[in-house]
Order: sequence, then C-alpha cells, then structure tokens
Amino acid sequence: MIVLLLVFVSSIERAVMAFTTVGAVARGGARRGLVGTSGFAKLRTDIAGGLFKFLILSALLASLLILGVLLIDTIVSGWSQLSTRFWDFLNGSLRSRSIDDRLGVQQGLYGSFWIGAIVACTAFPIGVGAAIYLEEYALRSRLTATLELVIRNLAGVPSVVYGLLGLFLFVERNTIFGFIGLGWLVDATGGRSVLSAGLTLSVLVLPIVIITAQEAVRAVPVQLKEGAYGLGATKSEMVRTQVLPYAAPGILTGTLLAMSRAIGEAAPLILVGAISGGLTNNPELWDASALREKFTALPIIIVEWVSERGRDPGFADAAAAAIVVLLALVLLLNMTAILLRNYFERKRD
Amino acid sequence: MQTNEPVSVGASGSARQNVPLTTAALAGSPHRLRKENLISKLMYGAALVSVVVSGLIMYALFSEAWVFMRDVDWAQTWGQIGWFPRRGIYDMPTLLIASFWTTLIAMVVAAPLGLGAAIYLSEYARSSHRALFKPILEVLAGIPSVVFGFFALLWLAPNVVANIGGAGGRGSMVAAGLGVGILTIPLVASISEDAMAAVPKSLREASAGLGARKAVTTLRVVLPAAVSGLVASMIVAVSRALGETMVVFMAGGAADAAVRTITPYDGSLTMPAAMASLASGTDQVVGEGLTFQSLFFVGLVLFLLTLGLNLIGDRFVARIREQY
Repeated sequence: MIVLLLVFVSSIERAVMAFTTVGAVARGGARRGLVGTSGFAKLRTDIAGGLFKFLILSALLASLLILGVLLIDTIVSGWSQLSTRFWDFLNGSLRSRSIDDRLGVQQGLYGSFWIGAIVACTAFPIGVGAAIYLEEYALRSRLTATLELVIRNLAGVPSVVYGLLGLFLFVERNTIFGFIGLGWLVDATGGRSVLSAGLTLSVLVLPIVIITAQEAVRAVPVQLKEGAYGLGATKSEMVRTQVLPYAAPGILTGTLLAMSRAIGEAAPLILVGAISGGLTNNPELWDASALREKFTALPIIIVEWVSERGRDPGFADAAAAAIVVLLALVLLLNMTAILLRNYFERKRD
Repeated sequence: MQTNEPVSVGASGSARQNVPLTTAALAGSPHRLRKENLISKLMYGAALVSVVVSGLIMYALFSEAWVFMRDVDWAQTWGQIGWFPRRGIYDMPTLLIASFWTTLIAMVVAAPLGLGAAIYLSEYARSSHRALFKPILEVLAGIPSVVFGFFALLWLAPNVVANIGGAGGRGSMVAAGLGVGILTIPLVASISEDAMAAVPKSLREASAGLGARKAVTTLRVVLPAAVSGLVASMIVAVSRALGETMVVFMAGGAADAAVRTITPYDGSLTMPAAMASLASGTDQVVGEGLTFQSLFFVGLVLFLLTLGLNLIGDRFVARIREQY
C-alpha cells in the first residue's frame, strides 16, 4: 500500500516536474525574446497548479458522488415500500413473501432500540469513568501509558472478533483457567438474547466513548479546575462541578456517535446469534422479559432480505426500504450529536 | 493545605501519619475522604474494564484456537480445494487470498480518493468549502457497513464490476473490494488530513517565500513533512479493510464455503466473512467436530494481523506528535 501511495504521489510530482521543465524552457525563451510577454509564464503556472488542484478536487467530488449515488439508489429502490405503506412497513414483521401486507421491520426496530438503550446504560458510565480516571486521576506513569495503548488497540479490533467474545462469554458455557466459571453469564443474559447482543456491542463501542470523552475532558481549562480547588473542593467535587459540565457536550456527542455505531453494527450480532428467520412471538417494546429472548435487529433484517432476493426479488426493495429506515435512525443520532455540540458550545461562549 | 490534601487520596493514609496533626485536622471529615477514596476507586475500576476486555478477548481466542491447533489434521489447512469448514476442510490460503484481493482493491479505491480529498480539504479548500465538505465525509463515515454491502452487491456489481470484466448478477471479490474501499475513504481522509494539519504553517510560508507554487509546496513540503501520518492512515485503512465483515459477507459472492480461487472476479470468503457465514444461517455453529473452534482460529489469525498493523500505525502517529 505504501508503494502504491508513493507511485501515486510520485506520478503527480513527475507531472508537475514536467510542467516546470516546460516552464523553464519557456522562461529561457522569453528572456531571449522568442516568446512575448510574461503572460505565458502566468498561464504555465496555472496549468501545473490547476491540474493538481483539479486532481485532488475530483478525488473529493468522486467520494461525494459515490455517497450521492448510494443514497439515491437506496431511496429509489426502497420507494415502492416506503411511499405506499410507510407505517405498515414500520409496524410489520418478518414474512416469507415480499408482497405480504404485514411485511415490516418492527422486530428489528425493537431489537435495535434495546441494543441502543443497553449501550447507553453500560458503555456511557464506564467509558466516562475511565476517561476521567485517565485524564484527572491517573499519574503519568508507564502503567497509564499501557492502559491508553490497550484502549487504542481495542478501538482497532475488528468487530467480528468482539462477536467471538460475545459468543464465548454469553452463549457458550466456558470456564477461564479451569476455575472461573462463566455459566452464570449465560443464565443471566439468556444466551442468544438481545441482552447479550447489547452487552457485546457496548464492549465494542467502549473505546470510542473513552477516547472521545478523554478529548472532551482534556479540553477543560485548568483555571476552572484550580478555581474549584481554591474554593476548597475535593477532586471528585471539582470533577462534578467543573469538568463534567464543561465536557458534557463532547461526552454526549461521543456517546451518541457510539450509539449510532452500535445500531448499525451487524457482524457481532451474527456471531452472538441474532435470529434471521423470524420470531415465534412478537414482544411488546417495553416488555423487559423479552430482553432475555431471541431477537433480531435492523441490520440483520437487511442482510436477511438481501440474501432472500434470489428466491423472491421483491426482497431487494424491502431491504432498501429497511436501509432507509436504518440510515434515518443513524443519521438522526449523528445529527443530534452535532447539533447538541454546537448548541452547548454557543451557550458556553 | 486543605485543598491539596484530598488530591493525594491514594497516599493519604501514610502521608497523614507523617505530617503534623493540624494538617490531618484540616483534611476534612473522614466521611468526605472515604467518599473521595471510593469515587477514585470506581473510576479506576471503569478504566480497568478495557484491560479485562482485552484479556478476555485474548483468552477466548487463544483457548479455543488452541483446541483447533492441537486436534486439527494440519494437512486439511493447506493445499485443499477450498474452505469447507462444515466438512472439516479448513484451507487457510483460500481465505488469505480473498483477504488479499479485497484489501488490495479497497486500497486502490481508498488511497487516491481519501488522500486527494484530504489534500484538498487541508491545503486548498476555503473555510466555507471545508465547512460544507467535512460534514459530508463524516456522514459517509457514519454509514453502517451493511449499507455498503447492499450497495456493492446491487449497484456496484451490475453497474461497475460488469463493465470491467466481471459478472454483474452476483457478488465477487472485486465488488466486495470496491465496497470496502468506499467504506475506508473517510478513514484515510480524516487521518491524512489530521497529519497535514499538524504540519506547521511556518513551513508552508517559508516554501512560498522561496517562490514555490502552491502545488509544489504541497507536494514537496507538506506531504513529506506529514509522511508518517499518511503512512499511518494507509496502515490503519488496511487493518480496517482486513477486518471488514458485512460488505464481503453480502457482496463477496460466496456463502458458507468457498472454492480456492486466485481470480478476483470470482466469489470467495475473506477471514471475517468466513467467520460470519459459519455463524449465520443456522441457530448453532454445527458441523464436523472442530468447526466451532475453527471460528476462533480464524479470529485469532485476523486479530493478530490487525493488532500488528495497528501497533505499527500507532508508532507512525506517535512520530508526528513528536516532530511538531
């Protein structure tokens, strides 16, 4: 990849060099009076710089174009479901035929809702606590540096591997080193349940929450902290009254982004055992006992319907419609995050 | 004194015996100190969760993969017709070749587009353009990978792959690679842009002062100065592409099992896609005796590969921080 990068850069550079050489000849010519005005030299500069600018601008525009094609193609495909029966689609359930009137994503919405809720309830407090420990309590020691390295590396672990962890902890009855039994985890979560999936995903997004919260905590002005100490606050009082309010927008943004990541993630759910075929019972949204039951989630429904399109081509459009719903949720979370951050920043100023 | 005393909560026990009694009296109520102590322990515990998680990941991978490595007939892991885990044929080269192709194709897409976008945003764009384009790239970064899988299979395959020599109607390593590439563009762009933003303005001004044009300044001054960050962005992107599951699972053109092939226009399974397809479809991971453990073995190989790449990438990122 590095070679590729170098080839890319050097080819551009060579193009620029070529122009420079042409320019030097032209400049010599101009000095000897062969080429008229200095306007030519100006034109030469514009060509070389302009070509490069054109290249990189087209790289940016190509990325945006792809995004546009992706969104338009998905919305166009999903339109047949969404335009005619939007609420039925949201309230319907998994069906074996795509033209079924009761086809829809409700079970997936419930599953994704609970996953988001579990992530918010677990990853948020643990992540913020860890960030405050690292920024305010920890000494600048090798131990702390190791801790930060571990967190950075966790952020880079592929999501399927987290799925394996979930499978190992919540689904299979395992024993660590021969004496730390983990069977109680299976009993507590109910095995292949939405609770297991939510916990697995909160482990997955934990590094994201920690890293964004750390950045927010680091940005708190030292004057505020010293002011609090000067008034006699203890460390935890200082954190509660100064650091947390100041860092709240950043922490909130990070948590919302982490939730949107968790809602869109599919690979760990497949490993933990989300059901793709259909559920026997259709639980109510607030039915807490359903947390320990079999589940499905929005991304899983999309995968399932894409794979069903060979048997029933209408499922491709149903999948597109489900994607529109998923994208709406994810982008809503992202946008809320950005708007909240802007609002708080304006208020602070 | 009162203000400083609670700060060193951890050492307060011994410190309070050494200093005069008056300081201890000033330290406030023992109730308050106990509360301080408890809170700092809670924070420490929260920070340790990540260490516990890392430990558990390693333990889970190594313990199950160990069973696989101990019991498997190693002849079945090399030089077989393909990856048929449910029949006890675990041909690793099949998965490695597929991972290689998808990652290579992904980088062919992501490296120029991501780097170009980063150079434009960092060096050329007016602040109003930056304010417009950056959020759009962030939107691209926030799109779930199943969406790219859908897009790769149902749009890229018929409209792009079919025009460059592949089949349009089904998935292939090319389609999956293109999808993964689009997914990694924002990652490359954001890390590269950060690296270029870290180059001091004085370098650009010095270059301009010597008469260099903007393009020359960018190519000869800014990019070489930011090179460690650019390399880091490539390494992290490769690691991300290697670990990407859903795009390849949906658009890779193989389900459950894959015949070994070196043609990127064929369908195959990368390491994570093989794991996902082993676990999906049925309620349980079923098959021949070691099928379940093979999941963890592939996971271990993938984990070690991405960990190695991330550690190297981390070194490069640390280098930019040191320089400027």
